[in-house]
Amino acid sequence: MTRRQRNHWLDLALHGAGLGATLLGLGVLAALLFDIFSDGFGRISWDFLTSFPSRRAENAGIYAALLGTLWVITLTAMLAVPVGIGAAIYLEEYGGRGRWSRIVEINIANLAGVPSVIYGLLGLGLFVRTLALGRSVIAGAATLALLALPVVILSSREALRAVSPALREASYALGATKWQTIWHQVLPVALPGILTGMILALSRTMGETAPLITIGALTYVPFAPDGIWSPFTVLPIQVFNWVSRPQEAFLANAAAGIIVLLALLLVMNGFAAWLRDRYQH
Amino acid sequence: MTTVDSDTAIPSLAGVASLVSERGTVETPTKVDVRGLSFYYGDMRALEDVSIQIPEKQVTAFIGPSGCGKSTFLRTLNRMNDIIPGVRVTGTVLIDGKDIYGASTDPVTLRQHVGMVFQKSNPFPKSIFENVAYGLRINGLAASKTELADRVETSLRAAALWDEVKDRLSASALALSGGQQQRLCIARALAVEPEVLLMDEPASALDPIATQHIEELVFQLKTNYTIVIVTHNMQQAARVSDRTAFFWLGKLIEFDLTSRMFTAPTAKLTEDYVTGRFG
Ligand SMILES: Nc1ncnc2c1ncn2[C@@H]1O[C@H](COP(=O)(O)OP(=O)(O)OP(=O)(O)O)[C@@H](O)[C@H]1O
Ligand SMILES: [Mg+2]
Repeated sequence: MTRRQRNHWLDLALHGAGLGATLLGLGVLAALLFDIFSDGFGRISWDFLTSFPSRRAENAGIYAALLGTLWVITLTAMLAVPVGIGAAIYLEEYGGRGRWSRIVEINIANLAGVPSVIYGLLGLGLFVRTLALGRSVIAGAATLALLALPVVILSSREALRAVSPALREASYALGATKWQTIWHQVLPVALPGILTGMILALSRTMGETAPLITIGALTYVPFAPDGIWSPFTVLPIQVFNWVSRPQEAFLANAAAGIIVLLALLLVMNGFAAWLRDRYQH
Repeated sequence: MTTVDSDTAIPSLAGVASLVSERGTVETPTKVDVRGLSFYYGDMRALEDVSIQIPEKQVTAFIGPSGCGKSTFLRTLNRMNDIIPGVRVTGTVLIDGKDIYGASTDPVTLRQHVGMVFQKSNPFPKSIFENVAYGLRINGLAASKTELADRVETSLRAAALWDEVKDRLSASALALSGGQQQRLCIARALAVEPEVLLMDEPASALDPIATQHIEELVFQLKTNYTIVIVTHNMQQAARVSDRTAFFWLGKLIEFDLTSRMFTAPTAKLTEDYVTGRFG
């Protein structure tokens, strides 16, 4: 076999392996989705979306958990996003490049990998007990904000770093201050990247169960939150609750709950893509 | 090394602000007076003891082989190097007699007076109008919307770009051709009305026609601005500049009238370089 033929076969083999790996991933995902949809799709109805939980599976609905998730995730975003972007701007633009800033960066990256239940324990100690926020929406959101923060910071920082130095120089050369340069030139260019990271972080936190259970979010909530002090539950907790019931019918509810959660994630990611497209031009 | 107040007559150039001294020789006021400037990137010395007097409202060209410190020197004149971490400057740079590295000089204010055009055109990813308006806005140079629009137009005209873009001011600057983008960057720099304009190889990425545009522009602009231009192109230096400075390994080897630099340089190095024997 000539060298050229060998390269050709190697090429084909790598191509095949890559394709195989991709198909395996897609296949598992498809099987999962199929399983969930076949179990739960029949349960999706207006009633299911607007009913409170019930001891009888046919009457049980997702309303309280859906609103709980919307409340919590909105509040999480309001807490994590400004703090995260602010921290990223400080670290990237003002923090310097020395050893100190590297240590901070490594620690933030480590925080992003800390198991979420640890954040739950922190939330329980800090928000629920010390700050006496109780098992409220705000305590849950604050806990999830802590969880989302490292990812928001890291991805925002990445987006800021990707802005071309030539753009900054152009701004400085016109007599712009550092802050003017960041605000008028750097942030608008970094925004799509920042938004993407933000949505990814929020999507991840939306599926979290452990930290909220740790801070004592309820598993049976027959009412929708009416404010930030209200007790609450969220979709994954509701699903978890249903899955752990012995009756077959509740498993269908759980699958339907997962579909609602997936739909919510899809909407969020679609929104992110739309925002990204809008700001890219 | 000859300095600006040499006793040679300057060839008559229209629009050059010059004055006749008592001795009957022609002198041009110095705009930028650099004395004993050295520059370090960390431990690496990029410029060594550079002294030069750049005349007002003339074009001064910097030539020299790649890596000899032309860009570094240019960027010391508007303190653009300040944003690079770990650099150090010694010596003085006086602009209109004022030490720009002195404690009372704010680099931000300085850069309004000493504008810069970069080698690679770097328009903001915004509209043509916004590119030019940005400097006016942040420096509070336009009191009203009409004044802003007027000054944007004036700057675009000064950069010989107005006729090509007047119908699409709100189009993205990134849609312009390379040469147009570079002229937009010049317009943007002119909008804040600097006194000195630093140009770092402004035409190196452009085709001959676009280059000619820029050169003509430089020639016109010196009526109102002190221009310092870095170039790798000997012909360009000869065409556009009144004086030429030759840098080599971080040192200023020779600085003289362009006509003399290219016909009768004093230093052997200069002669070798301008005749293309190295570089
Ligand atoms: N940001 C930097 N950090 C460290 N060293 C640098 C930096 N910029 C330039 N240098 C070094 O300083 C020296 C002078 O560089 P400079 O860019 O001023 O040269 P130049 O004459 O403009 O070259 P060219 O004609 O290729 O543009 C070079 O040795 C270069 O490697
Ligand atoms: Mg250079």
